[in-house]
Amino acid sequence: MTSDIIHMQAIRKVYDTGKIKVEALKGIDLAVKPGEFVAIVGPSGSGKSTLMNLIGCLDTPTDGRYQLGGEDVSTLDRDALADVRNRRVGFVFQGFNLLPQISAFENVEMPLVFGGVGLRERKQRVTELLDRVGLGDRMEHKPTELSGGQMQRVAIARALAMRPDVILADEPTGNLDTSAGGDIMQLFADLWAQGKTLVVITHDMTLARRASRVVEVRDGRIIRDVASAEVA
Amino acid sequence: MSRRDLSIVLHLFLGSARLQKKRAFLTIASIAWGTVTILLLLAFGEGLKRQFARNEQAMGTNLAINWPGETSKVWKGLPEGRAIKPRIDDIPLLQQRMPDVQVWGEMSNSRTLIQYARKTVNARVIGPNWVYGDPRRHYAMPGGRFLGPQDEEQKRRVVFLGNELAEDLFGKENPVGKTVLVNSSPFTVIGVMQRKTQTSAYGGQDKDHAVIPITTFRALFGRDKLNVVVVHTETEDEMESALERMRTFFAGRYSFDAKDERVFGTWNTVKGQRISAKIFLGMEMFFGIIGALTLVIGCVGVANIMYAVVKERTREIGVKMALGARRGWITGPFILEGLVYTLLGGLAGAVIAILIVTVLGLLPQEDMKVLEFLGKPTLSWSIGAATVAILGTAGLLAGYFPARRAAAIDPAATLRYE
Ligand SMILES: Nc1ncnc2c1ncn2[C@@H]1O[C@H](COP(=O)(O)OP(=O)(O)OP(=O)(O)O)[C@@H](O)[C@H]1O
Ligand SMILES: [Mg+2]
Repeated sequence: MTSDIIHMQAIRKVYDTGKIKVEALKGIDLAVKPGEFVAIVGPSGSGKSTLMNLIGCLDTPTDGRYQLGGEDVSTLDRDALADVRNRRVGFVFQGFNLLPQISAFENVEMPLVFGGVGLRERKQRVTELLDRVGLGDRMEHKPTELSGGQMQRVAIARALAMRPDVILADEPTGNLDTSAGGDIMQLFADLWAQGKTLVVITHDMTLARRASRVVEVRDGRIIRDVASAEVA
Repeated sequence: MSRRDLSIVLHLFLGSARLQKKRAFLTIASIAWGTVTILLLLAFGEGLKRQFARNEQAMGTNLAINWPGETSKVWKGLPEGRAIKPRIDDIPLLQQRMPDVQVWGEMSNSRTLIQYARKTVNARVIGPNWVYGDPRRHYAMPGGRFLGPQDEEQKRRVVFLGNELAEDLFGKENPVGKTVLVNSSPFTVIGVMQRKTQTSAYGGQDKDHAVIPITTFRALFGRDKLNVVVVHTETEDEMESALERMRTFFAGRYSFDAKDERVFGTWNTVKGQRISAKIFLGMEMFFGIIGALTLVIGCVGVANIMYAVVKERTREIGVKMALGARRGWITGPFILEGLVYTLLGGLAGAVIAILIVTVLGLLPQEDMKVLEFLGKPTLSWSIGAATVAILGTAGLLAGYFPARRAAAIDPAATLRYE
């Protein structure tokens, strides 16, 4: 047993597209403890998003052992993985990935519906979360009626809804201008300060430096794993 | 499926139905159209069938009409080619011999003078045993009656008229109780036949003839040889053996080979009834298949629309999966959508079809010769059950295939940022 939230050993991921096989991850060992704020950096195509999909149980590794919150998830079936995603992971994407036809409120509510949370508690939690990300007055707005920064804040509220073990963010500021990106980085920093565990993929060294730890991926391998103070 | 699954699926379904009112409407309309088609086709088929059966049965069902002829086999030293001529008095004996079926004899005269006041017509006069009435569907119009046993016993001079013959003689006048001359002898009219559309007959249409007691007939025309001997059974299956027993009876009485099937020319209506039943079954199946195909096209439309939706929503489905939706929660709303839309469409279609059938049923049939043969479209429970079964399956399939595609979506691949 381990106290790590994320515990990966010798993880490999091979994409088999029929003609060619792409080895996106070539043996990853990664352990993340509760309360850490990990930034994953690396060049395009190095395997960062692949790694995040595996951490978030959106995909399964080709080889290796993976424990999430102490639970071995490499052997779970699809529905069990869905439950793990629902309870343990909160995703934040570069492209926001909000459901466009329903309101901010309903977007944040969605994981709670899947989690079997009752109507009254859903309402209370969603209101609280949207207040927390500063969108208490935008609850009934559709995503298209919100700015990029606001959309990403809705997505963060959604990621927090089920009180997951870890928040996973893939280039969360990639689609935002500097000011909106700064707000989002501040939000992540606040969440970390409140004790949340965060894994954030980024190109942005300013954001990476706010993390407690920086992991650099290159060509499917971790080539550097240091405390952020050591990053130049 | 647990209650939690159900409530999640309902939540998602209601959410998407609220957003897709127009699509829902179009889907329901196309299913409704298919349902109307199938129901009307089957209803017309059923009406046609019933009308045909009614017309065909107007002569009566499970009848075998036997015309006496000549022997075709040598028998106990007697030559072939002898004419066999059953008589009136054979009938009570035959009836005694086979009490489980009904038999009667008929004598007839084709062109007989019938007069009332100044009117004179030539018509067929039949002299059957009184039991003829019910199995041959000679029902009297109100105020009249058919021949009874006393009429036969007492050789009464009473006559039952076919409705057209009655009209020719009496016009609008009520014939019952009036006296007509049959072959110059006075007869009292005791009843007029209820109108019926008759498509099969021997000798002529019932509406054109006059019926008098067989005993009276014998006295009037001085004959006692029967033109036909008729056997009537309760069920179709009894007929073959009944006919055999009848032949055996006459074979003993008139000395011929009971196996000589040529002695009587027999028209066994059971055979025709069986063929008609098959033809109508075939017709119903044909209508059913056409209707079902129409419905299937409607459902393919539904499935198609939903396929498009799945494709269009691939990313949203991926997002839901990322948020922890189990497979059933993704597929459930699609299947429910297929079912609910099909059932609503089916219900709407059924209501429309029932309205149409009811309105057509209110049209007066007597004034329309076409309807006399086509009958009225009729909806039956079996039609309803068949339609529900087809709709249900179609609805399930319409939802199932798109749902399966939705479930196959790989969230990691869909959520990849482009
Ligand atoms: N579904 C897939 N099928 C085949 N190959 C894939 C698939 N997903 C990723 N790859 C390949 O795996 C490698 C790693 O991709 P990945 O998306 O993880 O990189 P990344 O580090 O996130 O890049 P970026 O910074 O551009 O987002 C790439 O070579 C990519 O082409
Ligand atoms: Mg990436």
